[in-house]
Amino acid sequence: MKLDLLTSLYVFMLAAFIGFEVIRRVSPLLHTPLMSLTNALDAIAVVGAIILAGEFHEHGALLAKILGTIAIVAATSNIVGGFLITDRMLRMFKASGPRKK
Amino acid sequence: MTGVPTEHIIEITYLIATALFILSLKWLSSPTTARRGVFAGEIGMLLAVVGTLLYHGIVEYKWIVIALVLGSIIGVPLGEVAMTAVPQRTALSHAFGALCVTLVGTAEYYLRAPNVPPFMMGVLSLEIILGSLTFTGSLMAAGKLQEILPQRPITYKGQNIVNLGLLGVAIVVAGVLVAHPEKMQLFPAIVGIPLVFGVMMIIPIGGADMPTVISLLNSYAGLSAAAMGFVLQSKLLIIAGALDGASGFILSVNMSKAMNRSFTNVLFGAFGQEQASHAGTAEARSVKSASPEEAAGILAAANKVVIVPGYGMAVAQAQHKVRELFDGLTKRGIDVKFGIHPVAGRMPGHMNVLLAEADIPYDKLLDMDEINGEFSQTDVALIIGANDVTNPAARTDNTSPIFGMPILDVDKARTVMVIKRSMGAGFAGIENPLYYQDKTLMLFGDAKNFVGSIVRELAGGHE
Repeated sequence: MKLDLLTSLYVFMLAAFIGFEVIRRVSPLLHTPLMSLTNALDAIAVVGAIILAGEFHEHGALLAKILGTIAIVAATSNIVGGFLITDRMLRMFKASGPRKK
Repeated sequence: MTGVPTEHIIEITYLIATALFILSLKWLSSPTTARRGVFAGEIGMLLAVVGTLLYHGIVEYKWIVIALVLGSIIGVPLGEVAMTAVPQRTALSHAFGALCVTLVGTAEYYLRAPNVPPFMMGVLSLEIILGSLTFTGSLMAAGKLQEILPQRPITYKGQNIVNLGLLGVAIVVAGVLVAHPEKMQLFPAIVGIPLVFGVMMIIPIGGADMPTVISLLNSYAGLSAAAMGFVLQSKLLIIAGALDGASGFILSVNMSKAMNRSFTNVLFGAFGQEQASHAGTAEARSVKSASPEEAAGILAAANKVVIVPGYGMAVAQAQHKVRELFDGLTKRGIDVKFGIHPVAGRMPGHMNVLLAEADIPYDKLLDMDEINGEFSQTDVALIIGANDVTNPAARTDNTSPIFGMPILDVDKARTVMVIKRSMGAGFAGIENPLYYQDKTLMLFGDAKNFVGSIVRELAGGHE
């Protein structure tokens, strides 16, 4: 258990460093799509909600099911909506040059 | 199917998903690869969700499937909102993300209590406090952006003390729970108090502070998801949360720099507190105004024009008329660029998205550092619905509330034209000396109509 927590801290630290380095390079031009994309990725919390809602619980099964189900709805709407709108925004960014229409 | 290989399969889907998430953000760094980034993120997400559904511990699928379908049904319209509604949509999605994290955290506590080890209780408390305050805070922000709630900041005496006091109580209760996780009657307090705090935190926020606040809420949402990863021992969740947290953090720092606010100011969410009344200087100083014909004449004679858009352009929905103006001027061989301040609009990058939607090529959209060197060679700086980000008082007047804030150096252009509804002061109620300069022409009117009139004049004069 102790080792697991320490591993988790290492994982968090390394991911934060990667996040800083990668995201620093995103141009201010794309800061709005960046926010909607990270929002969609963040909704990976859905995996926790799925396990919560689907797993067998000896006590508190109803609570787990209700809260887990609502949590899945919230996260899934972020996944679907987040990816959709990010792609819609990015499709609009075009370079100079011959334009269609 | 035996359990062991499935476990491995799940772990491998998570590993690939993690790599794809990092690549997704990496590819977002350039507009040419950005869409590939979205695709990578989608594949990663799909893999992770399918992998999780294989988990043999899941005994009932009915509600999971119903919830996935329902979430998708809600998600589609949220992905198809108008570009002008993107700030409130973003705030709303922060609220949904935080809701998910808070609900899972709450269930985890009740399933595990009273046997929760101290470290676990600590991160669980962090998850729930950040999640709940982000939930209500983001809902409030979305309400203000959608103009369901009054956009004006509401301040009262001792506001910061009340807010910090609330947060302090929540942290103390969390501390007690870490020591005594069996005191289940205390648990509702670490959900409820941050819910109230989230509302109180956003009450004093005005429109111009929204870019910073949205970034900060983004960061909180990410950190609460990372804390959830610690509770569930899920590396995938820790990494996704850390990436989101880092992203929100970087944006918050950018925004606070662009508004010349200190970093502690941002961390504690003490926004919009200094609405210093600068009244009294608003004497009847004379301004020069011009008609659309005159403005069109000056623009047509220019070699280089820089357009500076602000929230006023978004409100007037003027971006498509601005594109027509861009086309009309470009056709005459005039070099037209856009100068975009980091906090223009209501969220980071807001103006870029609106102008890209109007089909303006992204290489004409320059951020503050890139454009500021060019104003001295610019014939006309045309300001559309921006105010404080062009206020030279930020450079010269150390009594001004925005003193020190980096601005777009529009006053270095040969001629400055400002499209504005009236002489009313900007959001912060700060007088803008730019308007009284000899080289400044005020173009009074609605941004969309005025730009439309200029476009007609340009077209008429051309034939």
